Amino acid sequence: MTPSVLLLAIVALSLIAFQVGRARALASVGGLRGVRNLHSLPGHYGLLTALWCGIPALLLALIWWSAQDQVLINLVAAELPADLRNLDPASFSLFLNDVRNVVAGNIPADQVSTETAGAASHYLRLRTISQWSIAVMALSAGVIALLIVRSRIRPEFRARNRVERLIEGLLFLCSTLAVLTTIGIVLSVVFESIRFFNIVPLTDFLFGTQWSPQMAIRADQVGSSGAFGAVPLFAGTLLISAIAMCVAVPIGLFSAIYLAEYAPYKLRGIVKPLLEVLAGVPTVVYGFFAVTTIGPLLRGWGVELGLDVSGESALAAGLVMGIMIIPFVSSLADDMITAVPQSLRDGAYALGATRSETIRQVVLRAALPGIVGGVLLAISRAIGETMIVVMAAGLAANLTANPLEAVTTVTVQIVTLLVGDQEFDSPKTLAAFALGLMLFLVTLLLNVIALYVVRKYREQYE
Amino acid sequence: MNNTSDTAHNEAREPAVLSRSAAETQALVERSLRRRYRAEQRFQAYGMAAVLSGVVFVIFLFGTILLQGISVFQQSYVKLEIFYDPEVIDPTGERDPDVLVTANYQPLVRDALRERFPEVSGRRATRELYRILSSAASLDLQQRVVANPLLIGQRETRWVLVDDNVDMLLKGKVDRDAPEDARRLSDEQVAWIDELEAAGVLKLRFNRSFFSNGDSRDPEQAGVRGALTGSLLTLLITLLLSFPIGVGAAVYLEEFAPRNRLTDIIEVNINNLAAVPSIVFGLLGLAVFIGFFGMPRSAPLVGGLVLTLLTLPTIIIASRAALKAVPPSIREAALGMGASRLQMVGHHVLPLALPGMLTGAIIGMARALGESAPLLMIGMVAFIVDVPQGVMDPSTALPVQVFLWSDLPERGFVERTSGAIIVLLLFLLVMNATAVVLRNKFEKRW
Repeated sequence: MTPSVLLLAIVALSLIAFQVGRARALASVGGLRGVRNLHSLPGHYGLLTALWCGIPALLLALIWWSAQDQVLINLVAAELPADLRNLDPASFSLFLNDVRNVVAGNIPADQVSTETAGAASHYLRLRTISQWSIAVMALSAGVIALLIVRSRIRPEFRARNRVERLIEGLLFLCSTLAVLTTIGIVLSVVFESIRFFNIVPLTDFLFGTQWSPQMAIRADQVGSSGAFGAVPLFAGTLLISAIAMCVAVPIGLFSAIYLAEYAPYKLRGIVKPLLEVLAGVPTVVYGFFAVTTIGPLLRGWGVELGLDVSGESALAAGLVMGIMIIPFVSSLADDMITAVPQSLRDGAYALGATRSETIRQVVLRAALPGIVGGVLLAISRAIGETMIVVMAAGLAANLTANPLEAVTTVTVQIVTLLVGDQEFDSPKTLAAFALGLMLFLVTLLLNVIALYVVRKYREQYE
Repeated sequence: MNNTSDTAHNEAREPAVLSRSAAETQALVERSLRRRYRAEQRFQAYGMAAVLSGVVFVIFLFGTILLQGISVFQQSYVKLEIFYDPEVIDPTGERDPDVLVTANYQPLVRDALRERFPEVSGRRATRELYRILSSAASLDLQQRVVANPLLIGQRETRWVLVDDNVDMLLKGKVDRDAPEDARRLSDEQVAWIDELEAAGVLKLRFNRSFFSNGDSRDPEQAGVRGALTGSLLTLLITLLLSFPIGVGAAVYLEEFAPRNRLTDIIEVNINNLAAVPSIVFGLLGLAVFIGFFGMPRSAPLVGGLVLTLLTLPTIIIASRAALKAVPPSIREAALGMGASRLQMVGHHVLPLALPGMLTGAIIGMARALGESAPLLMIGMVAFIVDVPQGVMDPSTALPVQVFLWSDLPERGFVERTSGAIIVLLLFLLVMNATAVVLRNKFEKRW
């Protein structure tokens, strides 16, 4: 029984359970006439039965499925002939990977060795058994729970209170998912990073200026130093983010000021949504725009000016990223500026200040904490942005401050290290997780500082 | 106070100095006023320039994409009279379906083209001539014959797909005047193409295959159907999981949660997750769903799970705002009538907040549809020709397809990439417009 069929079966069983519970409750008071003798509405009895029937069955199935692959592959591995089991761990895991691929149908079974095909068919046999057994177990658990709840239904049974407590519990679980996600992120990057730092010392990673993650497979290979000094990546990320902020902050801030303070109502109604369109455009579109339009444009200008602009310059990526962030800065700044009470402006006008003096010396000062917070959030966005730099910035880990050269960033390297086939234990793969940890920590720190700045320095107006 | 008495003192002693200084003061003030008004105008001009440059960026961005991509909705075909030669397709005459599927249909199209140019001879020249046709030109014939074997032995006029280089030439995206070796087409080929075009048999027609084909290495037959299906499957999983969970979390936090440390931690967490870079969610998906739970790579199921976690904060925050907008009097009235808290929420608050929640969900889905970085991490970047049939099949997504195509060197793929972007933007436009309409229609001012 495939997972989707089992899911449907569990849902169907729960629907039956609802009817059973409801009918039982009504029967216990002699039909609809005696319904006022029931403690709760008949539907509550049905719902309670359905929940108790469905949830355990579902949980059981989910736990089983999540463990199924590991257990099955171990079972298959244990049955393999001795000479295969005695292979070194790397080739053994490669063999198991092949088995998995045959099972998934990525490789036809007639293109692999007989051992692999045999193991794959063994796996498939076991999986069929496993799927049938979980189906039987989950459904019988559901039926047993159904019968237990049914036997306890009496007119004075407080079904509503129990249903509500159960649902409240479920709602609580929904809200903890955010915490679980954070824990999941931290655990997944921290564990792999620790393994990485066992191979490459933390100081080499943080302060090394050489980045070339190709590890030598043979000792005599050329150009595979396997250096993991991340400074060029950090520098590249900062350079591109700095260029992006140079574009986004002035344009975003000034357009927010203009739209909030000067623009006629009609113009604001047209231009504001137009700028916000920029925020809804997928980043991959910006990446494509940078590669096909801005990159060649800058290169052409560079040739005219006699400058050597790289085809994948930091400038192109940074400019386009800046365009992407404009609406982010401008909408945050707009919120902050409109939150400044009119009385402050009126006070400044009464003292004879012009509009720009009022804005510069009163409004912006009052809105400053919010704007600083917004800019910090924008920086964290620029640092974590992936697609634009993957497409428009290069792969070469240059340690340079020249925006016309190609640089690489943390996110680009994560993508290059992890896209495509890779084994899970090489320092190359693990390095991506170490970079991910850095990225997570830095963006988290920026967010925390931004929230702190906003909260601490925000003026409270009445 | 001090100042005024000083001035009064000065006035009494030296009236002459005062009158001069009054004129001077006036000049001074006027000068400073002029300066201040200039500064004012400058400031306003900066603002206008900023708004203008923002608008210019928008127009430039959409303009280039549209200009490059709009031509993808048309594709060049050549009208040829095909003879379904039984000798080529099925010499035994058994009409066995397997034979019909595997038969080589290429000669049929090539012969038809040869018939138009009887003067072309020699191996090199004929090969040049054949290169006008797409390598997939015969695919359509195969499908027709398999569907209707009676066609064999008959003649039929068909519009046949041509090579992407010819397509680019017809669309004017290739410089005809460039020297021959700088072009992908020889002078001879260009002459044939011009002849066909003049005869009205080589034309641009609506490009159906762009919407019905999966990925391909040939630009002329690459389509977005596979990627679009992958995206929709992924979004389906995301919506099914993130909307109920997001609404549940929002309801708990707004209506039930006690004010304690745990609630605070959850709230801070949600806000922080909303700002975590999307690629980090990809790392999570790789390590947990694929590495730990052993789910298949490249599957829309895993993509959907990752995007669920990614959009959850957005949906929770929007749903909480929608719940907050419901006035407390509604809650009090329900409770006053003897409803339990859950009944109060379920019967009264939730229906009123639902439009706002749906708006948030649609915006979250739009974000998920445009997201590609986390999908790269979980392997949804493979070259996949087949259209995925289910959530476990290997597949890719529309933005990832854009990424994949943008890397390819052929001129035809620039157009395909822009075309895929236009499709993606159209979907986003529809989603966002729906959200706006929903909000305007159902938003209540209390």
